[in-house]
Amino acid sequence: MTDPLTALTLAQARDGLASGDFTSEELTRAHSGAVEAARDLNLFITETPELALERAQASDTRRAKDAAAGPMDGIPIAVKDLFCTEGVLTTAGSHILDGFTPTYESTVTANLRAAGAVMVGKTNLDEFAMGSANVTSYYGPAKNPWSTGDGKDRVPGGSSGGSAAAVAAHLCSASIGTDTGGSIRQPASFSGIVGLKPTYGRCSRWGIVAFASSLDQAGPLTRTVRDAAIMLGAMAGHDAKDSTSAPVEKPDFEAALGGGVRGLKVGIPREYRIDSTPGEIETLWQQGIEWLKDAGAEPVDVALPHTKYALPTYYIVAPAEASSNLARYDGVRFGLRVPGETLDEMYENTRGEGFGAEVRRRVLIGTYVLSAGYYDAYYVKAQKVRTLIARDFKKAFETVDVILTPTAPSAAFAIGEKMDDPIAMYLNDVFTVPASLAGLPAISVPAGLDPQGLPLGLHLIGRPFDEETVLRAAEALETAARFDTKPAYLEGA
Amino acid sequence: MPLDESTVKNIAFLARLKVPDEELERLASELSNIIGWVEQLAEVDTEGVEPMTSVVEMTLPKRPDAVNDGGDRERVLANAPEPMSGYFAVPKVVE
Repeated sequence: MTDPLTALTLAQARDGLASGDFTSEELTRAHSGAVEAARDLNLFITETPELALERAQASDTRRAKDAAAGPMDGIPIAVKDLFCTEGVLTTAGSHILDGFTPTYESTVTANLRAAGAVMVGKTNLDEFAMGSANVTSYYGPAKNPWSTGDGKDRVPGGSSGGSAAAVAAHLCSASIGTDTGGSIRQPASFSGIVGLKPTYGRCSRWGIVAFASSLDQAGPLTRTVRDAAIMLGAMAGHDAKDSTSAPVEKPDFEAALGGGVRGLKVGIPREYRIDSTPGEIETLWQQGIEWLKDAGAEPVDVALPHTKYALPTYYIVAPAEASSNLARYDGVRFGLRVPGETLDEMYENTRGEGFGAEVRRRVLIGTYVLSAGYYDAYYVKAQKVRTLIARDFKKAFETVDVILTPTAPSAAFAIGEKMDDPIAMYLNDVFTVPASLAGLPAISVPAGLDPQGLPLGLHLIGRPFDEETVLRAAEALETAARFDTKPAYLEGA
Repeated sequence: MPLDESTVKNIAFLARLKVPDEELERLASELSNIIGWVEQLAEVDTEGVEPMTSVVEMTLPKRPDAVNDGGDRERVLANAPEPMSGYFAVPKVVE
């Protein structure tokens, strides 16, 4: 029997708390109970029910004194286990961070804490956020609450798989994830929820375990577009501790909603039509174009000629940055240490045992493309192509306000599929990676079901720091799609 | 360009990553596939194109060159696998 409080959206929970229909303690207990009851999905690496209760009670005390901190005060959220959280185990889904308990809080989680949000736990993810199916986690695969009745467990997507599935399974009002090449948007699509990657620089990266620093960006995973707007408002903001955090005004994102899309020019990039895409994805995309047109927007064909080079560019840039970032895991300052006779041997043993297969693969690729004699041919070349990809978008945004594409080339696949071929797994991010390389804000909105009844998302990309238009167009899609199917896990509960 | 086993062994050493000899062959083939796939970038004309250095158009901020944090040895060492007398301890490096 699920508690009706867990079915509320973030906005509904906020309004209920404000009008005194229930307390944060009641809301938090309902969600912590749901987290415990859903352990078979393996969505959490660490549950924090006591901490949550403490923070919920503090929230109720603030509210009783008419001193609630804002819309997030008292709201139960889940946090991808890539954000450092003070006094709470932080693993990045890796063996090499065994026992790592930060003595500090990441800026984004600190912002959410200051806003009164209540953390119910740390969610499962691909190891160091490297994956698109949450199958590379040292803590085992997370399971999607969506299934088809064929007896196979589906992946929730990745790398923010636990965060996406926890929102879909009603274990928290909302969650946070990070997106390097699609790690918020693709799992949102696979889990039938909303996932927003803000503009690079909108949210501070300080205290987030780094994967690829020029691409990593934190963002919200929610059940509605409005919830994403509310949550982003509490996460974002300039931070002097991250030199790439942008010193720009933070708008009232929620206020951007409700405006409609009349007259909005929506770019449709022909290069996103790829032969291997299943028919239902193409159909849904056409449907999305119709929906926006019916709402008064104007579809415009745009060209993004370097799209096909985005994935290979990403698979040079991201592993190169990862190999550099992951150099810090040496068995000296934190986490796992595997002894060796010499210092080098200790490093090699620790890293050989501490990193899983996909992380090892990417560290090796990154080391190779950065090594003497290959740096210009691979890394510099990729950064040049990246300039061209960003230029394509810039040109397109001279004529359109937002770009519409599918989020992912398929619905959620079964756990164990696509494991033999790394490149087949990488292709999951074919539609999400280009916006990442260009640092642009982008959102996935649940829009329909595939023939097996699994959710599919549509993807909107906006101009730098124009999350407001992205959210406004997303709301129009959400309104037209009326996506209200619930995952089998909830229906069967 | 395909990677052979000795190249994999060398980059594994550069990355300080222990790779058992029996895994070298499989890794060489996997990495060669990935490198072969990314090499399609060679067909893009990048003559005169600047490599990207910053994805957002902003200048890197500066701050005064002054100490603004520190003196926190306990917290710094809190997660060390083998702290010793207020230091990080490692296997002997100087004979």
